[in-house]
Amino acid sequence: MNPSVDALRATFGNAIGRAVVARDGETIVTVGRDALGEVMRWLRDSAGHCYDYLVDVTAVEYRDAERPIELVYFVRSLERRVDLRVKVDLPKEQELAVDSVVGLWAGADWLEREVYDMFGVTFRGHPDLRRILMWETYAEGYPLRKDFPLRGRFSRAEQVRQALGANPEAHYSMEELAIAEAFDELPEDMKERLRRGERGKLPFSE
Amino acid sequence: MKRVLETTEVAGQSPNWLLTRLDDLVNWARANSLWPMPFGTACCAIEFMATAASRFDFARFGMERQAFSPRQADVLICAGRLPFKLAPVIRRVYDQMPQPKWVISMGACASTGGIFDNYAMVQGIDTIVPVDVYVPGCPPRPEGLLYGVLLLHKKIKGETVLDPELRREQPLDDKGLRLPPERIDEISEPFGNSVHQFRSA
Amino acid sequence: MNKRTVELELATPGLDAQGRPVRVPLTVGGTGGGEVAGQVAVEPGSEHMLLNIGPQHPATHGVLRLVVELDGEVVVRCIPHVGYLHSGFEKLGEYRHYNQIIPLTDRTDYLSPMANNVGFALAAERLMGIAITPRCTVLRVIACEMSRVISHMVWLGTTAIDLGAFTPFLWAFQERERIYDLQEMWTGARLTTSVTRVGGMMADIPDAFVTGLRHFTETFPKTLHEIDRVLTRNAVWVGRTQNVGVLRREEAINHSLSGPMLRASGVAYDLRRDKPYLDYETYDFDVPVGEHGDVYDRYLVRLEECHQSNRILQQALARLPDGPVNVDDPRVILPSKSRAMSDMEAMIYHFKQVMEGVKAPVGEAYVGIENPKGELGTYLVSDGSAKPVRWRIRPPSFINLSSLPKMAEGHLLSDLIAINASVDIVMGEVDR
Repeated sequence: MNPSVDALRATFGNAIGRAVVARDGETIVTVGRDALGEVMRWLRDSAGHCYDYLVDVTAVEYRDAERPIELVYFVRSLERRVDLRVKVDLPKEQELAVDSVVGLWAGADWLEREVYDMFGVTFRGHPDLRRILMWETYAEGYPLRKDFPLRGRFSRAEQVRQALGANPEAHYSMEELAIAEAFDELPEDMKERLRRGERGKLPFSE
Repeated sequence: MKRVLETTEVAGQSPNWLLTRLDDLVNWARANSLWPMPFGTACCAIEFMATAASRFDFARFGMERQAFSPRQADVLICAGRLPFKLAPVIRRVYDQMPQPKWVISMGACASTGGIFDNYAMVQGIDTIVPVDVYVPGCPPRPEGLLYGVLLLHKKIKGETVLDPELRREQPLDDKGLRLPPERIDEISEPFGNSVHQFRSA
Repeated sequence: MNKRTVELELATPGLDAQGRPVRVPLTVGGTGGGEVAGQVAVEPGSEHMLLNIGPQHPATHGVLRLVVELDGEVVVRCIPHVGYLHSGFEKLGEYRHYNQIIPLTDRTDYLSPMANNVGFALAAERLMGIAITPRCTVLRVIACEMSRVISHMVWLGTTAIDLGAFTPFLWAFQERERIYDLQEMWTGARLTTSVTRVGGMMADIPDAFVTGLRHFTETFPKTLHEIDRVLTRNAVWVGRTQNVGVLRREEAINHSLSGPMLRASGVAYDLRRDKPYLDYETYDFDVPVGEHGDVYDRYLVRLEECHQSNRILQQALARLPDGPVNVDDPRVILPSKSRAMSDMEAMIYHFKQVMEGVKAPVGEAYVGIENPKGELGTYLVSDGSAKPVRWRIRPPSFINLSSLPKMAEGHLLSDLIAINASVDIVMGEVDR
């Protein structure tokens, strides 16, 4: 068991849930979602722990529909050569949102965007939370959720039609468009959507 | 008793010795100088690069200059899998190519979707662009791609300048599709034994 | 043949003790590294130009789309768009048995397929608690180092082409063909090898493999020296890669970079040394670490890694032990065909493995290996069935690429191409 766990319990008390050692020998500690930001900052900055390297951010949804979605953060201390896995449970009845850790580790930028794209988990405070692997106006849902079928929800012809209709040039983000003053040349519905502040809002949302 | 025969009227000149010689000349020129537009996406693109490298070298078949601008290309070689996000891109690149143009679908994923029968993958680029030669393999060996190119040469040599249908542009229809939706669904269906063996999705 | 002396005008004041060009900080002129970038003021809607590069482009190393904001030739901002090769690997993995996922791993990083196979097999075996045989361990080291060589050869060839040098591409690809011959001899496929299985390998190496690989290791350094001679002290190469795309040590760590990108920035972290797997701690090799974190350092690091891989391959060949290649567990490894056809018990094991798959116990495991691109991690979560609940690939290229906007600020457009090439991305892994 990683000694950081005891130090975490001493510092954060009830916000730290169960801690187990996984089959590969790494320690997994569960953290309450509200304390996540402080816990991560403490892990990165406090002396003797110094988890300065974020290895990965991902999410797991189990086949058992009752279990919450787990957000998994893999952090590593490079000099001490020690790993720690931090999990956050996100029950499906509540809003799937946590604070972003981009301010702590810049590498979390695209990793959190991918979790948003694939699972629909929102990261508060992320500078640019839009879909990264699917196109921004992808309307079928969040692909890695267990209720999303392997072949998607629409028929193949409909998927082809939507894909061909997704104009690549209409997917410049607001900041990109501000560069070239191309806002006036966008189609009307796109301007309306951007004006309302919608970024890839799904007609079909969980 | 009457027999009704459906005939199509052939417009223009009937083929004669001069026109067949002209056909031969034009087809010989086109076939032996096919400049490929390598629309390389995934693993097949690496085998494409290996075919272009010194061991297999398709420059000896006339494909010396890889035209990365579609405006200067003859044959679009889609080497690799095509996800839905990339679909409008290949359609746009295909539309930008001037006639005469052909399409080689290299690999299993470009031909049928390959092992990726899921939400993200186009199940064969022929749902989006018309394809002339399909090269199977995952990835096809460079010799396989060369065989596909030679098949395309054979196809080109069988063409004629008299038939305008061959060189007609085939844009998307008003619904934004190339084929009717039922046809797309039909050719995208999972098929074969292996899909149903484990009763998985 | 007469020898001639040629005077080369290098854009540097001279050579240092190792015979390498001395670095000179680039003067301000719209170019330069991080110091200049902060001074570029951006006004939206000014005379800056929006340029779209890709997704179909010869120099983006795959289907990557870069939207760059240009002030003349200077890149003010660069916004990469990925996802154009998203194939739904992780979703597919949830519907496949563990051994059925191995062919999928070939297609993520298709430049070094054997290393991907090994990474996944190690994670699955860690999850299931299987210990592989000594012969299998050494064979997997051979597979990983062969993959490192071919991946770095692609990187070298394509980066050289992007920067204008066509010949190293042909030399590098010829070396790749020799490794492809060996891979084909072993697995039957040049590129999509699927060489590992959970608990062992798909097959043992054939007899000619050892002599073929030994011959390769003897002649490979000569090609590396040729490429080195053409590029390393070439004025054009040095001018285009030095002080370009600098990423400092702290930034590299904060951006979660891994592999040669991290080491070129001065962080001496290599998973083969620091979290050893497959007995790597028993091999004698060096880990090249750069200093300046620019494109030139990444080139030197990768070139030296090829030399070190050659060393490891020679040692692995020398120590290859005899013995079985697969673990002797009939629940995990398919019995031989003759036994499956004649022995009832073997037939039942065969049936169970093929129809139901090998079940993993409840739990999870993460194994990161030193892929040529960086740390390739495989995170498997199991609920006790034969198909994983979650198969997560920790993609080194994806994370390395997210540092591109930071590296590209303030550089010229042609430098952007060099920086993009130096990240060594493979879009199959970036997009999965």
